[in-house]
Parts: sequence; C-alpha cells; structure tokens
Amino acid sequence: MTPYVTSLRAIVGREALRFIHQRERFIAALVRPLVWLLVFAAGFQAALGLSIIPPYQTYIAYETYIVPGLCGMIMLFNGMQSSLSLVYDREMGSMKLLLTAPLPRWWLLFCKLAGATAISILQVYAFLAIAALYGINMPPLGYITVLPALAVAGLMLGALGLLLSSFIKQLENFAGVMNFVIFPMFFLSSALYPLWKMAESSKLLHDICALNPFTHAVELIRFALYVQFNAAALGWTLLAAAVFVAAALWGYNPSRTGMSRRG
Amino acid sequence: MIRTTLAALLLTTTANAGEIWVTNEKDDTVSVISTETLEVIKTYETGERPRGITFSKDFSLLYICASDSNAVQVMDPNTGKILHDLPSGEDPEQFVLHPDDRHLYIANEDDAITTVVDTQTRKVVAQIDVGIEPEGMAVSPDGKIAITTSETTNMAHWIDTETQELFANTLVDSRPRHAEFVKDGAEMWVSSEIGGTLTIFDTATQAEMGKISFEVQGVHPDRVQPVGFEFTAGDSHAFVALGPSNHVAVVNAETYEVEDYILVGRRVWHMDFNEDRSLLFTTNGVSGDVTVIDVAKREAIKSIKVGRFPWGAAFRPTN
Repeated sequence: MTPYVTSLRAIVGREALRFIHQRERFIAALVRPLVWLLVFAAGFQAALGLSIIPPYQTYIAYETYIVPGLCGMIMLFNGMQSSLSLVYDREMGSMKLLLTAPLPRWWLLFCKLAGATAISILQVYAFLAIAALYGINMPPLGYITVLPALAVAGLMLGALGLLLSSFIKQLENFAGVMNFVIFPMFFLSSALYPLWKMAESSKLLHDICALNPFTHAVELIRFALYVQFNAAALGWTLLAAAVFVAAALWGYNPSRTGMSRRG
Repeated sequence: MIRTTLAALLLTTTANAGEIWVTNEKDDTVSVISTETLEVIKTYETGERPRGITFSKDFSLLYICASDSNAVQVMDPNTGKILHDLPSGEDPEQFVLHPDDRHLYIANEDDAITTVVDTQTRKVVAQIDVGIEPEGMAVSPDGKIAITTSETTNMAHWIDTETQELFANTLVDSRPRHAEFVKDGAEMWVSSEIGGTLTIFDTATQAEMGKISFEVQGVHPDRVQPVGFEFTAGDSHAFVALGPSNHVAVVNAETYEVEDYILVGRRVWHMDFNEDRSLLFTTNGVSGDVTVIDVAKREAIKSIKVGRFPWGAAFRPTN
C-alpha cells in the first residue's frame, strides 16, 4: 500500500471516527434542514410562485423545490464545520503533525477534503431518505445520478472551508466568518427561491445570486436529482472549486504560514 | 423472450396512440396533443370562444361549442377544416352527444334553454326551458335521461329524452358546473363551483345519496371550486378539477372520500383521459397549459403549453 493510500485511509478514517463519535453533530446536521423543510416550507408556499422552471416538467410544491437547496445547505454547513475542525487541530497541534508528514501538502489537504465530502454525502442521503418518507420523492435513478453532483459540490464547499481556515488563526474568529459566509451564501442563492423570483424584486440581488458558486452547486444537485445534466452549473462549480483549492494551498503554504520554520 | 417483450411494448404503445384535443377559449383555436410524445402536434382555428368539445362515436367528426359565434361547429379532425355549423341557440357553452350518436344536447347559457339538435338534418329538434345560465350537460348511458345544470338557479334539471320535457328538478349547491352519469347510469354526479361540493344522486329516484367536500392544505376554501370531473376505468375513482385552487382531487367513488390532491396549473377546469385511462390531461385556464397526470401514481408528470385559456378536452384514438 502506497503512503498516499495509507494517508488517505488514515485521514478519512479519522474524519469518520470523529463523526461517528459525535452523534449530536449528525442529528444537528439533519435537524437544521428538516426544520426548514417541515416548518419553513409549509409557511412559504407562495415564495415559489407558479411557474415551471427546468429541470421540473410541471408545477411543484415549495417543499419539493427546496429539497436540493437543503442538500446544499447540509454540504455548506458540513464544509465549514470540517474546516472548523482544522482550526481546532491547528490550535491543538495535531495539524502540525499532519502537515509534517512526508507527503505533498496538496495530497494531505485533498484527503481532508475527501473525508469531509464523504461525510456530508452520507448526511445528504439520510436527509433525502427522511424527505422521501415525508412524501417528497425524486425519480429513483436520481438518487444515483446525484452522487457525482454531491461529490463535486462537497469538494467545492469543503475547499472554501479549507481556504477560510487557512486564514483564520483562532476558533473565535472562525465562528464570525461562518456567519459572514454561510448565511449570505445560503440566502443569496437559488436554494430557497428561484432566481426569476429574485429578479422580480431586485436585479442586483439576482445578479449576485447568479454569481454565487453555491447557486451553481445547488442547481447541479437539483438537475442531477432529476437525472439531468447541467453543464453550466458543473463548470461554475468546478471553477470555483479550483480557485478555492489553489487559494487554500497558497494559504497553507509553509513559506506563508511559517509552519515549517517553527515546526 | 426479448422479441416477446418488444412486441408487447409495441402493442402497448400502439394501443395508447391517440390525441387530446383542447379548446383554447381566448385564442379561438384547438390544440392537439399527442398522448405518446406529450407535445402539441397541431393547432387549428375555430369560431369565437371555443369551449365545449366532443367527438362523434367513430371519431370522424369533432363538435365544438363556439360560444361567441353562437354556433356548434363541426370539424373534420383529419384535416382541421370546419365542415359546417349547427344551429345551437345563443351562447352554447357545453353540450353532450346522445348515445344515438345523432342528437346533441346543448346548454345555451344566455337564454336559459337547452337546445336539442339533430346533427344529421342540422335542425333544432327541441328547445327546453331550464334554469338561468345552464351549463353542465349529461346523458344517461341508456339515452333516456338528459341533465342540464343551471348555474344561477342552482338546480339539476332532469329531461326525458323521449318527450324532451323536464320530469324533475333537484337542488344542488351554488353554481353547478358539470354533470356525469356513473356506474352504468345508476348514479348522477354534479359539481358545484361556489358551493365547493360534489352532489351524488340516485338516478332512479333523483334522491340525493351523498355529498363530497374538499379541503386543500394551504388554500383558502373560497378558492376550492370543483368544476369538471372524470372517472377512472371501472368508475372506481373520480378525478375532480378544483378550479383556482390549482389542484385535482382524487375521490373514491365507492366511499365518496377524497384520497388525494394533485398540484396542477392555474384554474384547472376540465379534463380527459388517454385510451387506457393511464394518463389524465387537465386544462389549466389561467396558466395556459395542460397538465398530464400519471393516474396510477397520482402524480403530475408534465405540463404542456397550449393556447390562451384552455377550456375543454376530448380524446381521439389514432390507431
């Protein structure tokens, strides 16, 4: 077994162990979107309006509309949360151990990302199962075709978290950034309302939403859930992921952080 | 094995080949939807404000109520050409073809009469005084009874088709819109738009047997307005268009209980099935489209843009 695979197994295994041992985290990750689905959606039926937008073929209830957005929400929170753990690792010193492993830094960070993405995919499937029990069903094949879309979206959002964590030195600061990143990203996207609806109230807000990479991640998931491919959404999500990864690598560069000298 | 499956598939497809013809009230056209591809394949011009629509028994003729042209138009569905007009009385809105395939019973909304027209001689056979604003029309499967519902008088008028005279009038809830005979004519159902109910009558005694109310979650009761309805194979369930509530209700025709509500387009009005009754096509007036419902799954699967204000729908097999 090459050191690459060993490190991947070790890092993903550590993430998984951490996740399994934190049952509250799993429950919290599910409760959040379920509250949105069962409570918020019930009161905001009118938010969707009555219009047929791709990938839908007919009129849909608001609960159906927000499911892909809530899948994205799970991934967004999870991406940030796993990055929070990076800041924690840095404060506790285990980060130093990880980064001094005799492997390329990009590989170690990728392993970290892969672990976080795998966990958020599990959470999304758990959420989709509950949504199905609630009566919101996707085409059966959609549960399979959504997997690669979730992987791409998860990597992009994880990379964003990684980038943020590279610039934040203390846990206290990270909590503030989460609020400044998560909420604007979530609300300024197509997760809760279609972009045409946003354009009705403000052209500027619509344009911001259209630029938001989270919008494209959500649309990628939405189309994949209905067994359709959205090339534009995939392109934008991959581009955003590449930019975030490059910036994170730069952020974790030893010459910038000074870790190598001190470590 | 593969050959058998393919042959079976081919047979099923061929058996379901057909068209749904939809009148577009504000476009003065009919749209033709393929029940296989679920796309509009043709659009033909009609007289003004087409509403009621029905085919002759052999599907060689299409009858259209051109309300503002004060005529029932007869179209050749193979060419889309209007062959001739039938005398219909003022403002024909809905009609029904008698099982003899010859007599049309037409509701004349503005004149408070029901006109009976012989489609062969193209002459009015009878005009029967009914309540104000007649609309819903039905004929029993044995052809002995015709029904007219009047929107303002709030009654179902029972007509003896031999004498062309009323023999009973029964009160229903406010603004009755549509009537149908069910279970080989043993029951007669009437929808009431403002009353928000379906009333079921025993045909033999004209006595009320039951009443069905609707309640759509998140929709104000005033917007739940039953209009057109159709029955699944074997008359086990009724699909009821609930107007501006934008939902179709699924009613168990045995227990009279509402089992499901399906979201469709805006102001759903009338509907018709494909040949094997596996798909239902609803006309959604305000959104200008037709929603296709998978009857077994009770799910809307597609909405198809047609003309402005689609109103009536009628099926024609093409194989």
